Amino acid sequence: MTFGVLVFPGSNCDHDAYHALKHIHGINTSFIWHKESEIGNVDGVIIPGGFSYGDYLRSGAIARFSPVMNAVARFAEKGGPILGICNGFQILLEARLLPGTMMANEQLRFTCKFVNLVCQNRDTPFTSSIPDEMVLRIPVAHGEGNYYADSELLKKLEDANQVVFRYCDADGNITPEANPNGSVGNIAGICNEKGNVVGMMPHPERAVEPGLGSDHGRYLFDSTLSRIITAL
Amino acid sequence: MQVDIVITLRESILDPKGKASHHALENLGFRNISSVRIGKFIQIDIDTDNPEEAREIATEACEKLLANTVMENYEIRIPDTSS
Repeated sequence: MTFGVLVFPGSNCDHDAYHALKHIHGINTSFIWHKESEIGNVDGVIIPGGFSYGDYLRSGAIARFSPVMNAVARFAEKGGPILGICNGFQILLEARLLPGTMMANEQLRFTCKFVNLVCQNRDTPFTSSIPDEMVLRIPVAHGEGNYYADSELLKKLEDANQVVFRYCDADGNITPEANPNGSVGNIAGICNEKGNVVGMMPHPERAVEPGLGSDHGRYLFDSTLSRIITAL
Repeated sequence: MQVDIVITLRESILDPKGKASHHALENLGFRNISSVRIGKFIQIDIDTDNPEEAREIATEACEKLLANTVMENYEIRIPDTSS
């Protein structure tokens, strides 16, 4: 099993994702430079966080036109598992591989802290191993994580079970106080209709060892492992 | 030909930067300013003298990259060359 971690100019969580996949989960992992036109024979792709192209114009707006994104779109079409984290989520939105858009945090501050998440869709390659009812403790670090979908799109996402994560309090209650950025419906992560493309603002790759404050992020990568091993 | 593009957030979208600036203006004593919306101003040079062609190219640039039409509107301003 092989995973690819995309690298854009300005990616800065690429090595964290590599570490989580390779050293913590033992998954054969390679970096894929954004100029590549093929992603090779991988079983999954991580689009890591950071500030691709310095967030110029809009977060992710320029990265989506990197050559590698054509290959990523083809991989998504084939049902390949893709996880976009933070800036990776923003890139997936700009590339229209996921619906909706991202705005500046409501409070206009860069927010870097641990948040609590509930998972509401375990039928994705990255969430199947998350225990029922578990509240995940995973950090966020972003200035533009205020997810926006108009009421029509929001209803569509909810009806199709495409909301994967919501911000909640430590007991799992979805409250306005638990929302770190003003996201509509406390949405922290969504997936596409098929469920193979997932985008989330929190950083599971930063929560894979107890020494990091939490190892709850491991459930996401465990999910991909068990799913792909089952398919073999 | 120089073309100006003004990008603004759609009316339905909350504009936190505009809101914060409005609040600051109120604190400075500007009582008659009822709202502030913050957008982007982009100037592009297009190798053509044909305004229609320039508009077409600028529109395509906005649709493909410069504006995120999910949340932004854009206005293309072409200089008047008729005089």
